[in-house]
Amino acid sequence: MKSADGAKRWLLVGIALAVVASYFTPQFNRYYLGIAIDCGINIILAVSLNLINGHTGQFSLGHAGFMAVGGYTAAKFSLVFEAMVPDSLKPLLFVAALTLGGLIAALAGLGVGVPSLRLKGDYLAIVTLGFGEIIRVVVQNMESVGAASGLKNIPKWTTLGWTFALAAITIYAVASLVNSTYGRGFIAVSDDEVAASSMGINPVRYKVTAFVTGAFFAGIAGGLYAHHKQFLSPTGFDFLKSIDIVVMVILGGMGRTAGVVIAAIILTLLPEFLRQFADYRMIIYSLLIIGLMMARPQGLFTLSFKKKGAASV
Amino acid sequence: MEWFLQQLINGLALGSIYALIALGYTMVYGVLRFINFAHSDVLMLGAFSAYYVAPAIEKVLPLPSVLGALVIILISTLICAGIGMLIEFLAYRPLRNRPKLTVLITAIGVSLFIEFTCQHKSVFGADTKPFPQLLPATDFHVLGLIISSNDLLVVFITAILLTALWFIVQRTKMGTAMRAVSFNQQAAALMGVNINKIISFTFGLGSALAAIAGILYALKAPGIEPLMGVQPGLRAFVAAVLGGIGNLPGAALGGLLLGLLETFAGGISGLSNYRDGIAFAILILILLFKPAGLLGKATIEKV
Repeated sequence: MKSADGAKRWLLVGIALAVVASYFTPQFNRYYLGIAIDCGINIILAVSLNLINGHTGQFSLGHAGFMAVGGYTAAKFSLVFEAMVPDSLKPLLFVAALTLGGLIAALAGLGVGVPSLRLKGDYLAIVTLGFGEIIRVVVQNMESVGAASGLKNIPKWTTLGWTFALAAITIYAVASLVNSTYGRGFIAVSDDEVAASSMGINPVRYKVTAFVTGAFFAGIAGGLYAHHKQFLSPTGFDFLKSIDIVVMVILGGMGRTAGVVIAAIILTLLPEFLRQFADYRMIIYSLLIIGLMMARPQGLFTLSFKKKGAASV
Repeated sequence: MEWFLQQLINGLALGSIYALIALGYTMVYGVLRFINFAHSDVLMLGAFSAYYVAPAIEKVLPLPSVLGALVIILISTLICAGIGMLIEFLAYRPLRNRPKLTVLITAIGVSLFIEFTCQHKSVFGADTKPFPQLLPATDFHVLGLIISSNDLLVVFITAILLTALWFIVQRTKMGTAMRAVSFNQQAAALMGVNINKIISFTFGLGSALAAIAGILYALKAPGIEPLMGVQPGLRAFVAAVLGGIGNLPGAALGGLLLGLLETFAGGISGLSNYRDGIAFAILILILLFKPAGLLGKATIEKV
């Protein structure tokens, strides 16, 4: 685990890279650029889920739901105010849309975090899964966000620079939160809830904090996604999307930020490399999950064999 | 009043199917304490086995007929019981003593594997196939209600299966061993119960019920496709939790209740669009206010 200083260094390096990258953006091939932005969005999703599933040892299967809440909120906000704002202020509007999306998603996170006070392990998993499904059903029936046919013509504001700067901020925020004195509580809750609460740590508060923070960043990722793809449909945020993010966290090793980042990049690139085997892609993917669980449940990028990886439920 | 009775009949038929599936979830949860995500895919495989077995049976027995349908159901049930045991042997047995989360994720992986393999064009293909008419179907018109013979049959078959299951679990040696394993695995092993055999048997039994549920579901559905099991599977899981997971009468009760609630909600115009979300809303409410379920016993965590 990195120290707080290390995290700060990563933040600076990340933002510097993002600025440099956005300077050269026009020279990039559009296809590669799209994939790079996908990588950035997935990094934000995986790192934020890692706070819930990895560091805090909860099990959420509804991350795509938070992403949907943030994405739809941000997209609707941009669509409504786009015409009223002059071009020069568009970046500000974008930031406002992303922040709003994050905040509404955080509110949803609070809504899911509260049931998690009473539930553990697979019960919590199924509740978060149910929450994701409810979001999907609600969105499917909301005419104001395009219902089942989807929300179209979202302005294309997401750039490589924005994505990677926000990814760096997410990594920094999660890493420094967990590595702070306060943040040790997350790991304590994940290791042994009863022992933690006997040491004066309030597990409920930590769990809710984890859910709200994780949901906030997932909401921001949703906003980036919306302004990147320019189209949102409820089917894009189904159970499978949540599983994708969970697999990134597991592959990277629960609670290992660097591993999770690497896993997010690999799992975004993998489908592109497997394009010629498109028919077998998802079969390979599911076998990968099973194989990983059998051989290395602690994740590929976990070097030590401490029991951290397989958080007990 | 007529509307109410009609919805009641439809709800019972749907609820019976949920109950059959929920029993499989709850039995596996009882012995292994994890959610077998692949259960919903066994249901789908049950419908597909019937789809592929039917043409072969048709050469020997006339279809649609009761005898032909029974033979087809029996064969599909055996196939699925085998598949269920195979899944347990290959995927879950090696992980028997691992953290629950590992097993849960493996179960999701197995479920995805079955779904995507079946969607592949050289297996079943992703398109919807028309399910053969296995039984002579007629609609009875009683007191202004329309009762299809299929719905009656579903309720009837479920009642028989529930009785049979109750007999197996409460009155046979195998059932006693199953209850012992779910009560305390280690103590049961010390008493000479062959744990692996019992768990295998539980998977076989649960998968057999899922296969029958799948065929009954397919008879009511417009067609079958590799993802057909996902939605009823999730609902049935909710039903199992609603009744108290690990509790057999609870699963049956939860299934019936959920079927009724969904059908009634579907009949109310404002709610019908949200039908898919109802099961999950119920699930969240149940877990908030009575996490052990309607018939489940609350457990106290000891340190």
